[in-house]
Amino acid sequence: MILAKIHVTLKPSVLDPQGSAVTKSLHALGYDEVEDVRIGKFMEVKVNTNDRKTAEERITEMCEKLLVNTVIESYTFELTEV
Amino acid sequence: MKFAVIVFPGSNCDVDAVKAVEDVLGEPVEMVWHHATDLSGYDCIVLPGGFSYGDYLRCGAIARFSPVMEEVKKAAADGRLVIGICNGFQILTESGLLPGALRRNNHLQFNCEISPLVVENADTPFTRDYKQGQVIRIPIAHGEGNYYVDDETLKKLQANNQIVFRYSGKNPNGSVDNIAGICNEAGNVLGMMPHPERAVHDWLGSSDGRALFTSILRNWREKHGA
Repeated sequence: MILAKIHVTLKPSVLDPQGSAVTKSLHALGYDEVEDVRIGKFMEVKVNTNDRKTAEERITEMCEKLLVNTVIESYTFELTEV
Repeated sequence: MKFAVIVFPGSNCDVDAVKAVEDVLGEPVEMVWHHATDLSGYDCIVLPGGFSYGDYLRCGAIARFSPVMEEVKKAAADGRLVIGICNGFQILTESGLLPGALRRNNHLQFNCEISPLVVENADTPFTRDYKQGQVIRIPIAHGEGNYYVDDETLKKLQANNQIVFRYSGKNPNGSVDNIAGICNEAGNVLGMMPHPERAVHDWLGSSDGRALFTSILRNWREKHGA
């Protein structure tokens, strides 16, 4: 069994209103060193295979097809055996 | 002329769309479940507003894979009319029938009000009963209506006259170039965040949405000599 941990974030060129709101809140709390906050999604997808290459291909396909809107979002993932 | 209003699990403006067609045009209109696999009998397909699949993952992302969407794609390719309103617009962009994507409103709030729009292109099958540059009042109700396209695609939209509606004055969601609605290159697929089906009687606060429906019928009649 392989577990894919997928991070989806808005592309750097796309304004992240949630991130901006949280940046402002952190500043209001005195965390002036905060430069920027980006908020994304974290997904865990468990796939029933032990072949890393297959898992990588399938997860990439899932991301491109459904999990990520590649017009505005980018993604990374890491695979671990579980 | 026969209309289909597609019902996804979570659609909640489907009945409004049906009533608008009935009240304004008196033409036959049917609610069609999203499992339908044949839309060949319909001249205009409406993807209504709402929260298809609860908007889980992203607005419109799951609805895009509903069986009926293959038929919607076919209808669009055949040149039949497809209109996506609000969540329907989100579904059209997710399915690639229209370019771009809808993001969270830039102020993060759900916005529900009557919004003034400029008719930027009165030469589409959906807008010919409006005047070019006319300002109309149409309700909006969305939390994720912030239309985004990259600069290159925006230039194409502008050059091809695909921007059909822009917000007039205040932009309620932060959309690129104040865009409220766009069509595809062929002009037969329209996506818009505001709800024309909620503006068909004066007692609703505005009847400026009526012309959208009368445009559709007039266009069809001229095309079919009916």
